[in-house]
Amino acid sequence: MSLVLDTVALSLGGHALFAPLSLTIAPGEIATVMGPSGVGKSTLLDAIAGHLAPAFTMSGRVTLDGRELRALPAEARRIGLVFQDPVLFPHLSVGDNLAFGLSRRVTGRAARRAAVDAALEQAGLAGFYHRDPASLSGGQRSRAALMRSLLADPSALLLDEPFSKLDTGLRDEIRAFTFAHLRERAIPALMVTHDPADAAAAGGAAISLEVPGRG
Amino acid sequence: MSAARDGRALRGAVLAVLGIGVIGPIIAGLALTARAAFGLLPAIGSTEAGLAPWAQLLALPGIATSVKVTLFTGLGSTALSLTLALAIAAGLRDRLARGGAARLLTPLLAVPHAALAIGLAFVLAPSGWIARVLAPLLGLVRPPDIALVGDPWGVALLLGLTIKETPFLLLMILSALTQIPLRQQLAAGQSLGYGRAAVWLKIIVPQLWPLIRLPVMVVLAYGLSTVDMGLILGPSTPPVLAVALTRLFFSPDTAALLPASAGALAQVALVLAAFGLVLATERAIRGLGLAWIRRGGRGRGIALAARIVAAGGRALLALGLLAMLALVVWSLAWRWPWPAALPQSWSLKAWTGAGPGLGRALAASLWLAVATTSLSLALAIAWLEGEDRARLGRAGWAQGLIYLPLLVPQIAFLYGLNVLFLRLGLSGGYAAVIWAQSLFVFPYVMIALSDPWRALDPRLSRAAASLGAGPWRRLFTVKLPVLLMPILTAAAIGVAVSVAQYLPTLFIGAGRIATLTTEAVTLSSASDRRVTGVYASLQAGLPLAGYGAALMIPALVHRNRRGLKGARS
Amino acid sequence: MRLSTLAGLFAALIASPTVANDWQDTLDAARGQTVYWNAWGGDARTNAFIAWVGAQTEALYGVSVRQVKLTDTAEAVTRVISEKAAGRDADGSVDMIWINGPNFLAMKEHGLLHGPFVGNLPNARFLDLAPGSANTVDFTVPVDGMECPWRLAKFVFSYDTARVDAPPATMADFVPWAAAHPGRMTHPDPSNFIGATFLKQALVELAPDPAVLLEPATDATFEETTAPLWAWYDALKPNLWRGGAAYPENESVQQQLMNDGEVDIAMYFDPAATAAAITQGLLPETARVFVPEGGTIGNVSFVAIPYNAAHKAGAQVVANFLIDPATQAHMQNIEVLGSFSVLAPDKLDAEARAAFDALPTAPALPRLEDLGPTRLEPHPSWMTRLTDAWSARYTR
Repeated sequence: MSLVLDTVALSLGGHALFAPLSLTIAPGEIATVMGPSGVGKSTLLDAIAGHLAPAFTMSGRVTLDGRELRALPAEARRIGLVFQDPVLFPHLSVGDNLAFGLSRRVTGRAARRAAVDAALEQAGLAGFYHRDPASLSGGQRSRAALMRSLLADPSALLLDEPFSKLDTGLRDEIRAFTFAHLRERAIPALMVTHDPADAAAAGGAAISLEVPGRG
Repeated sequence: MSAARDGRALRGAVLAVLGIGVIGPIIAGLALTARAAFGLLPAIGSTEAGLAPWAQLLALPGIATSVKVTLFTGLGSTALSLTLALAIAAGLRDRLARGGAARLLTPLLAVPHAALAIGLAFVLAPSGWIARVLAPLLGLVRPPDIALVGDPWGVALLLGLTIKETPFLLLMILSALTQIPLRQQLAAGQSLGYGRAAVWLKIIVPQLWPLIRLPVMVVLAYGLSTVDMGLILGPSTPPVLAVALTRLFFSPDTAALLPASAGALAQVALVLAAFGLVLATERAIRGLGLAWIRRGGRGRGIALAARIVAAGGRALLALGLLAMLALVVWSLAWRWPWPAALPQSWSLKAWTGAGPGLGRALAASLWLAVATTSLSLALAIAWLEGEDRARLGRAGWAQGLIYLPLLVPQIAFLYGLNVLFLRLGLSGGYAAVIWAQSLFVFPYVMIALSDPWRALDPRLSRAAASLGAGPWRRLFTVKLPVLLMPILTAAAIGVAVSVAQYLPTLFIGAGRIATLTTEAVTLSSASDRRVTGVYASLQAGLPLAGYGAALMIPALVHRNRRGLKGARS
Repeated sequence: MRLSTLAGLFAALIASPTVANDWQDTLDAARGQTVYWNAWGGDARTNAFIAWVGAQTEALYGVSVRQVKLTDTAEAVTRVISEKAAGRDADGSVDMIWINGPNFLAMKEHGLLHGPFVGNLPNARFLDLAPGSANTVDFTVPVDGMECPWRLAKFVFSYDTARVDAPPATMADFVPWAAAHPGRMTHPDPSNFIGATFLKQALVELAPDPAVLLEPATDATFEETTAPLWAWYDALKPNLWRGGAAYPENESVQQQLMNDGEVDIAMYFDPAATAAAITQGLLPETARVFVPEGGTIGNVSFVAIPYNAAHKAGAQVVANFLIDPATQAHMQNIEVLGSFSVLAPDKLDAEARAAFDALPTAPALPRLEDLGPTRLEPHPSWMTRLTDAWSARYTR
């Protein structure tokens, strides 16, 4: 039940972005990737999630629960994404955003509604089902986006500088909220961040990507 | 990856449809025209190849003047509309103002060229509306004998084209601006001490140009080959080239088809030469402009110039709206002789007397508009979605193919196209007309839809994929709903283009399919402004209703979704 | 001997088919057909008349009529040519064309017409088809039964009595009149039929020997015959509207100019046009018709059937209906169309003649006797050369 990167390397036009990377992330572990701007941190997440732009080439293997991911389209990988901005669908209500994420395995109208309501309550958003996502505060949006990802029952979660746009007070709160849910559900997670405090709070493996040849 | 294969297949399918349905017929049409241009048209007994048609064309009285006036009006109106559109866009402060401006423009976008020209001719003529208002002040008993419309240089035509094309270019600019972080760049430029207009000229316009180059070319090609506007507003002896050629194509002397075909090829050459000129100008300006930017002048002086140009542009657009109002007033008038500023007697006869023909024409226009717009939208969405799935960007060559029908003068291939359709046994039916109209509707739908589509936040689609949504679910439940507004705007433009089609409907429909536009043009040869007013009002009304729907439907569906307000094209 | 008699009989059979039986066949074949009548659509009253014809033939013969409205008759000619170019020799899209003059000549020369068919129409007995009569030549070109007459046309001018005291009395008189009223007179562009007719009207009056106009023009006769015309026009042009630098596209645009007060004179190929325009509110109540002394050019409007028409039987039924005395009387009614009938009065019975006599009149509708004699149309080659020469001389 873990996310395994085996000598993963990315290159653009024949130039490697960083030295080959091997890493095993255990269930409930939150690994962090740090490194200078432009080293390819976000591209690495793209590659794992299945959104790699065609200009890049990838080598190495990525496995999740023993499944090789490279041949699978993004939607079949069961890897959740959390962005810098909480990307809620602007045309759907808050509740419908969560319902969009909710796994198909939960069937029946009432059961699905109950699952969404429970998730809203966990996110401190009870009674917000019909709200316009644009009317939420920053913190509420972040929690809704995370809940939506978790409702999809992902086997792993990728976080791309998830807290960098939040102000300091809110950052600690959302970070704690996120990590608690990940640990509770035993989901392996990989987080890209610039903030050493994020890495410290995550407590998992911490990787620093370097440009090859420059030490 | 299968999604990429999917995407390539989707795009390939659209390309195949384009190749068979668009490129093939145009090339076949051009080929037939080219054969006739060199003397080969067996139907009228001309089987000997030679240069005689070209000699006849060159011997046409006033042909040199025709070409001169064509170039002056085509290039002049394009340059003027681009300048005005840029100045107006630069003057709009925020997204809200831009949305409002787009709404104000819709009547001018919706009205067909011919209808606008007729209204404008009445407003500007020496016996026209403006002159009638001024007559008592100036003591005019009879209209002054001055060529205000149909002047030898084509200034009236140039103004008419400018009024019609400025809103289109403005809409294209506003749409392209969604791809440029305008606010940040303006702030950055202004913090360096540059005036707002200077930032626009030095920073925004260079980024904008590649995004609007194609629409500008479309406007240029149209301006150089317009028939209906040229006929109504342009000079008559000699007329602009396209009008002269139309006269030849429809001359009782069938042998005139040969020099007419040669002229059609010359028209293509003229358009190509003008494109070359635009590209050369672009190069020259790039060099000079860079030097100008490096000099670092803060350019506060150009702010005033920009404001004056924008004011001029707004005045011209107001003139256009006045022309449309004139048509509506005429449709309700009975007697309205010189020098009355308002009709002497009013009547609904023009509306009620039109009879079942009007209803049939309305129904035909509506049905053609719905069919061609749906077809074009489906193709456009398939193309853009194919691009997304294959992770391919804009392909220049593919764009060239898509916009080909707008860049090649209609007159150069419609005659040949008609012969081709006849050979295939397709002419004269609705299917053939839908096809022919779609040649012109599809590119406009693509122009309107591709920028907002490509500006869509890619993370929406990724977030949906990470939640397990496959490509079709992402398309139907995320992309299309979020893009509802631009899709409906594109549809409204499609409806407007379909309703306005004259030559394709006439040629390919064998004249049997009477639409609002074919009826309006036929009746305008009767010059009854009241009847023309009725048809022109409906001609403009139908697309206007389309634009109204494009604004209303998203507002209703997304009434509680602040994140989508102003997320329009 | 017997053989030649037989052959003669056979030839007679072909030449004058037993009308009654054949016509019943035509009626049977026509039932259920829709005739696409290609006709200039610029006149609302004509369009309404065509719609009325369709309603009648539908009720009487089961033949419906759809007007394909043209901005120029040559559009239909071009359409038939492109169909021929595409090898569509049957089932064409044009069933019937309102046609005459150069367009007729072009179609006849290229073998694009069906017929002769006029002789087969039962109502042809009301027409004067004696050789040389107006119904048998179209712009001096023999009709040969390839087109059927349906309305009379005669060139007339119109002026506003409220603004003009005395209109020009002759074509030559236009020069001093225009000099006295600069900018108040123009004519449609000669690329238009009426504009060309204005030049022809002057040519007919000014030509040293009008007889040569009935023959095809040669370089020599053209030069000699048109010399006075150009002298006249050179004197007229500087005093035309816009100094002769611009011309209205067609006669309706000129009518609009007259209504707008930009010019004082309009011209038509239809004596009833002025009265019709007044009832439609398109001209002031004070507008009246005038014709130059010596009469004006007149001709006959015809309908023809293309060689590849899909509904030839239906088209013949409609053509026959058009020359029915009752139809012609309806058409001549100023409240309907006001066009003069093509039928020969002496061939009508008393009842039909009474129907014509009972038609209403209008103040601006001239009586036939006010219109003076009818001058013959020159051969079509004159019109083609005239418009070419005009644009060569005056287009810069």
